[in-house]
Amino acid sequence: MTTKEHDASVYEQVQESSEFQDLKRRFRRWTFPMTVAFLAWYLLYVVLSGWARGFMAIEVLGHINVGLILGLLQFVSTFLIAWAYSRHAERKLDPIADKLRHEVEEKSK
Amino acid sequence: MSSTTLGMILFLAFVAATLGITFWASRQTKTAADYYAGGRSFSGVQNGLAIGGDYMSAASFLGIAGIIALSGYDGFLYSIGFLVAWLVALLLVAELMRNSGKFTMADVLAFRMSPRPVRTAAGVSTIVVSIFYLLAQMVGAGALVGLLLGITGDAGKAWTIVGVGALMIVYVVFGGMKGTTWVQIVKAVLLMGGAALVTLLVLANFGFNLSALLGQAATVSGPEANPQSFLSPGLKYGTEAQGLAGKIDLISLGLALVLGTAGLPHILIRFYTVPTAKDARKSVLWGIGIIGVFYLLTLVLGFGAAALVGREAIAAGDAAGNTAAPMLAQQIGQEIFGDVGGTILLALIGAVAFATILAVVAGLTLASSSSFAHDLYAHVFKRGQASERQEVVVARVSAFVIGAVAIGLGILAQGQNVAFLVALAFAVAASGNLPAILYSLFWKRFNTAGAVSAIYGGLVSALLLVIFSPVVSGSETALFKTADFAWFPLSNPGIISIPLGFLCGWIGTVLSKEYNAAKYAEIEVRSLTGVGAEKASEH
Repeated sequence: MTTKEHDASVYEQVQESSEFQDLKRRFRRWTFPMTVAFLAWYLLYVVLSGWARGFMAIEVLGHINVGLILGLLQFVSTFLIAWAYSRHAERKLDPIADKLRHEVEEKSK
Repeated sequence: MSSTTLGMILFLAFVAATLGITFWASRQTKTAADYYAGGRSFSGVQNGLAIGGDYMSAASFLGIAGIIALSGYDGFLYSIGFLVAWLVALLLVAELMRNSGKFTMADVLAFRMSPRPVRTAAGVSTIVVSIFYLLAQMVGAGALVGLLLGITGDAGKAWTIVGVGALMIVYVVFGGMKGTTWVQIVKAVLLMGGAALVTLLVLANFGFNLSALLGQAATVSGPEANPQSFLSPGLKYGTEAQGLAGKIDLISLGLALVLGTAGLPHILIRFYTVPTAKDARKSVLWGIGIIGVFYLLTLVLGFGAAALVGREAIAAGDAAGNTAAPMLAQQIGQEIFGDVGGTILLALIGAVAFATILAVVAGLTLASSSSFAHDLYAHVFKRGQASERQEVVVARVSAFVIGAVAIGLGILAQGQNVAFLVALAFAVAASGNLPAILYSLFWKRFNTAGAVSAIYGGLVSALLLVIFSPVVSGSETALFKTADFAWFPLSNPGIISIPLGFLCGWIGTVLSKEYNAAKYAEIEVRSLTGVGAEKASEH
């Protein structure tokens, strides 16, 4: 099956369906704010590295300072966000996407 | 046996193994989907490893460890940008591209636009980004050989570039995406293994006490006036001496790193090698895990080199610090296992570094030749009338030509400071490609004029700003030391060119009336649900 067998109206119907709108909302409501959040958190870290060097140099545990801890927290937050996204996608997005895909593929047979 | 001989043997073993894989892959590569996308039959884990293989270049392995060894904390700053960037790819790009594209970045952009202008722009941008990146790697290869295998003199270095280039051409021309992906997987495993081994030995040497390691690094390699400053930001990027411009440059670099990855063509085509969007997601998750752990290892390697080898000895070996990791391997091997141990570890890390360069250049050659054949030849020159067979033949020929050009330019640029080309590739990817991709996927109103303006606007502004920056002229480390036409104070154009790329895309869009609701419905539904996505080929 290739895309040419679908006519555009099938896509427009799906696009207007409440299920698809729900899928789109669930996708965007999670990923857009999260993208803004991790970019802001990363930029905060870069700005602190440029303008708050005294703060970054404060030693917390032996020679391990605030800068190093904040840097390692960027790793931790990256891993956590990636894990949280995959959980969100599996639970909230995949079931709807699979169902819609199935329906469209049935229709166009 | 000397470490250079042993290193050469290990490297030849890698070459023999990868050539075997390439031969096997060439027999499995029949269709265009096989050549461009490895038949879309790789698993999420395999592609995750290959993502690591494509991404962990010599610049990030030897380069970041070197920056940390020479300038301390600031190298770490670099690696964080490289890692966080993957969230952009995971959340916004990977799955939607897998669902709506076929072989190249342009497939997604051209979906609801007029194909010829958009594919031309995307093809030009893909080839420019990949060749900059490729050239930086080729020149780096020549320089590294001298250091690792004891080959000296311009002729020796030139022959090394020819050798690396020839191997890369063989991988891509014969192995296609299938062969290249397996080369990435083998390299990723070797690189992770080698880096983990040396890291463990270094940590063991300090009784697994990170604070003690950092303390010794600062004492041995920190600036005399204030050794502790080695452990916090400011020795390399945005130093106090550079003033405000230096600090803004730091932000500019950070932006290009974090937004560039999801616009790099050789990374984007990785998402097509798996059967479904779910596998694309899984492969990015694995990629993030592997790349994240790898950068944590380089943190220990860099500070370990600073502590055990020392800044002065490293800078004497190579001014940019590229030999920090191999020197550390030799030192730690010697301390723990005696002379033989040092020799073996040095040879091992040297061979891993070569495997790294080879794999990355192969990925770049594949991305640029695929885009030339699929976008420019098949859709622009032949207006979509080329057969699959013709397309693959053209892809192979262009891989050969691009490889040959890279060899020639690599030899000509030998000894030049071309490290800025990597930063430039990231800046162009972030300023031109990323706006076009994000707008195509998420903005209803986006159209041909918008896509073309975003790509050319981002590409041209990033290029111009770099040409008039201190990396090209007017400073001691510039490409042209004697000339001075640098009126733009930053060495990274991102802070200007990225917003400009997004702005150009927006202006281009609103100035044109073109809008196709039916096509937008199609790409939106397809990208989110996977309806009509390209299937894996059967073998």
